[in-house]
Amino acid sequence: MSEIKNKDKTTRRDFLTTVTATVGAVGVGAGVLPVISQMNPDSSVKALASIEVDLSKVKEGQEITVLWRGKPVFIKRRTKEEIQKAQQANLNDLKDPQDDKLRVKKGKDEWLVVLGVCTHLGCVPIAGKGDYNGWFCPCHGSHYDTSGRIRKGPAPTNLEIPQYEFVSNDKIKIG
Amino acid sequence: MNIKDSFFRLRYFVVACLIFFFTNISIAKETNIELLKQNWSFDGFFGKFDRTSLQRGYQVYKEVCASCHSMKQVSFRNLSEPGGPEFSEAEVKALASQYEVTDGPNGEGEMFTRKAKPSDKFKSPYPNENASRAANGGAYPPDMSVIAKARPGGSDYLYSILMGYEDKVPDNIKLEDGVYYNKYMPGNKIRMAKPISEGSVTYSDGTKATQEQIAKDVVNFLTWAAEPHLEARKKLGFKSVVYLLILTILVYLVKKKIWLRVEPKV
Amino acid sequence: MNDQTSKTSKEHFEPVHTNKVGGSPFTGVTGWIDNRLPIIRMFRHEYLDFQVPKSLSYFWSFGGILTICLLLLIVTGISLGMHYKPDANQAFDSVEKIMRDVNFGWLIRYAHMNLASFFFIAVYLHIFRGLYYGSYKEPRELMWLLGIIIFFLMMATAFLGYTLPWGQMSYWGATVITNLFSAVPVVGDFIVTWLWGDYAVGDAALNRFYVLHWLIAFLIVGVVVFHVIALHIVGSNNPSGIEPKDTRDTVSFSPFTTSKDLLAMLVFLLIFVAVMMYAPNYLGHPDNYIPANPLVTPAHIVPEWYFLPFYAILRSIPDKLMGVVAMVSSIAVLGLLPWLDFSKVRSSVFRPIWKQCVFLFVLDFFVLMYIGGAPAEGIYLVIGRIGTAFWFAFFFILAPLVSIIEKPLPMPASIHEFEDWKKQGKIKTIRLFNK
Repeated sequence: MSEIKNKDKTTRRDFLTTVTATVGAVGVGAGVLPVISQMNPDSSVKALASIEVDLSKVKEGQEITVLWRGKPVFIKRRTKEEIQKAQQANLNDLKDPQDDKLRVKKGKDEWLVVLGVCTHLGCVPIAGKGDYNGWFCPCHGSHYDTSGRIRKGPAPTNLEIPQYEFVSNDKIKIG
Repeated sequence: MNIKDSFFRLRYFVVACLIFFFTNISIAKETNIELLKQNWSFDGFFGKFDRTSLQRGYQVYKEVCASCHSMKQVSFRNLSEPGGPEFSEAEVKALASQYEVTDGPNGEGEMFTRKAKPSDKFKSPYPNENASRAANGGAYPPDMSVIAKARPGGSDYLYSILMGYEDKVPDNIKLEDGVYYNKYMPGNKIRMAKPISEGSVTYSDGTKATQEQIAKDVVNFLTWAAEPHLEARKKLGFKSVVYLLILTILVYLVKKKIWLRVEPKV
Repeated sequence: MNDQTSKTSKEHFEPVHTNKVGGSPFTGVTGWIDNRLPIIRMFRHEYLDFQVPKSLSYFWSFGGILTICLLLLIVTGISLGMHYKPDANQAFDSVEKIMRDVNFGWLIRYAHMNLASFFFIAVYLHIFRGLYYGSYKEPRELMWLLGIIIFFLMMATAFLGYTLPWGQMSYWGATVITNLFSAVPVVGDFIVTWLWGDYAVGDAALNRFYVLHWLIAFLIVGVVVFHVIALHIVGSNNPSGIEPKDTRDTVSFSPFTTSKDLLAMLVFLLIFVAVMMYAPNYLGHPDNYIPANPLVTPAHIVPEWYFLPFYAILRSIPDKLMGVVAMVSSIAVLGLLPWLDFSKVRSSVFRPIWKQCVFLFVLDFFVLMYIGGAPAEGIYLVIGRIGTAFWFAFFFILAPLVSIIEKPLPMPASIHEFEDWKKQGKIKTIRLFNK
């Protein structure tokens, strides 16, 4: 009879200890959360996570650079020849094949918006230079075409297209 | 001897507590006068801000106070964040765009002005403290960002000051030029003329703009500006205290069980 | 002719074993580690099986509470440090940024600020335990001295930390306290300029205060390690003041004292969280929400509450240098207590006169705390001077005098007999802090 009693006591004590330990662990976890979370971008950084850019003053053939999330974004208003060259490129020649249509917004193919960060090791390519009339990265000699695609050189992928949308006819919101 | 001991101990303990308590009263002594205490909606363990009051308070700040007082730590986007006036994002965008802020340098190396965005901080009436003093006869209208925490008595103090202007100045007080009498200002002299009276603002929601109402609304707003996370803090506080109470009781039971091994008689 | 070979039979070289690997009771990976670095068996010996007096009251839990406070202060401090800017033009704003923009920044900042206060609440209760129960006596004198060093380091860290938000109290408190060094004869002014790196407290001072705040905080960790090692050599004192003699007097540290300490920590944490969440600025001063202004001095410069008694002692002495000497020695004199109080009886439970003296000392502590927050004039100054006089009299007059004239109460022979006496109602201890 007492043996059963002892057994009950043991399981009850273990249960209590287990419950307490679990409740305690939840608290420790909840306490650690703010410490980890504070390293995430704070609300002033997140407020600048999107920017609006007015395109009304950008002429045909002109390119502007804006700073977005600490990185340069090239916004180019392409000429007819540049668009043609981009659309007619043979996809087999491309290291990172991608149709130009996929790199612009529908009906707005004169606007090219790319991150001005070389996909090799992060330098900022120079506009209007290079063998493909796009951009040329001086660090290790990557050549990008008029669609920002890698043609020659060590960079593995095309210049990244950031998330953006036209909020009006001449204004885009990036991010 | 034993009872005498515990009596002594109790007496010292009580006296010690009283002294500790009085230590805090000494700060109140500085203000020398009983403030007009209000029942603020944000007081207490479950305090919350009155959203419409905060919105009206912002209007008061904007129309009355902002011409002299900066509020540099607050951003326009704070006005739409939870726990505050909670204007809509569109409203905040519109509010912000009423102001011009300096930005730059541009491509030519020049500073330029542009419409403020929600991510910008509130625009200050003066570029720096010196300009502010020069425009206000040498007095500096303090920044309002944390004023509710920067004065003993906090929100009650701010309310008292706004309501504390009196036409009849006591005989023993001599006022210089540009100085006014205020019942609740330490020293009774204040360089700010009475900022609000009945009808100083017209509320778009139809609330009657008595002096008390305007004062309450702007003090609510100032309190939020100083403590934008007040609601989150009190909410989390409640959860934390309840959680710790539960955990303490559980650990107490575990501890008692463990100690039964040493002394079976609890 | 080779000396080595011809004399080997006469010359004897002591064998040397630098390899001490082995001796672990563990096997497997645990054993592999433990054989090479015996921390696992050390942990078991020091923190699990360690024998501890069974009569410990909750007054003994403050050591553990202080450790938790220190740990949390470091964690919250590091989190704050990732966002704080130690530049006179940016400091105040960076703290506001933490409060408004950083995720949970308000929580971490309020936690750090209130933990500092609670750290001192715990340390004062911890020291009171030492005073009342004679924990400073032989063989624990060195532990006591290490504790006093920790206390000085704590005050330095707290003072430096308070300057960082660069509010009015930060700035003027820094000015007043660093100016104290000008009291040093001959080189005083040079020392002050050297501390400031400028002709007044400013950006140069703030930057170095930030670095020193971090440095001294980690120095505290180091001295605490020594303090705890010393504890493990001399063993804990206990409310009876009698050393343990056999296993009837002790329990193993784990799970008995660990569960008790955990409970005490939780109660402490509960009070701390309640204050931090519902009255986070109660223990602070509103003036510190006014940005530092070198041209305007606040009406009353008041240090944080935990410094008030010593501030009162400082202001009691009309002479600048002697005031500083009095303030520093009011704490340093604690270090002399093991020799000033030479009664062979440890615990005040059995010392009827010394017990009253200790309570008067505690009362004096609170009186001086009140005086420290009041203007230094009139009746406040008089009381402050009486309080200061009593403080030193407690150490230099009462301690040795009481050691000589006091007749201690009859004492039990052992700890377990002490426990029996308590159950029989023969002795009363501070009931609130018993099991």
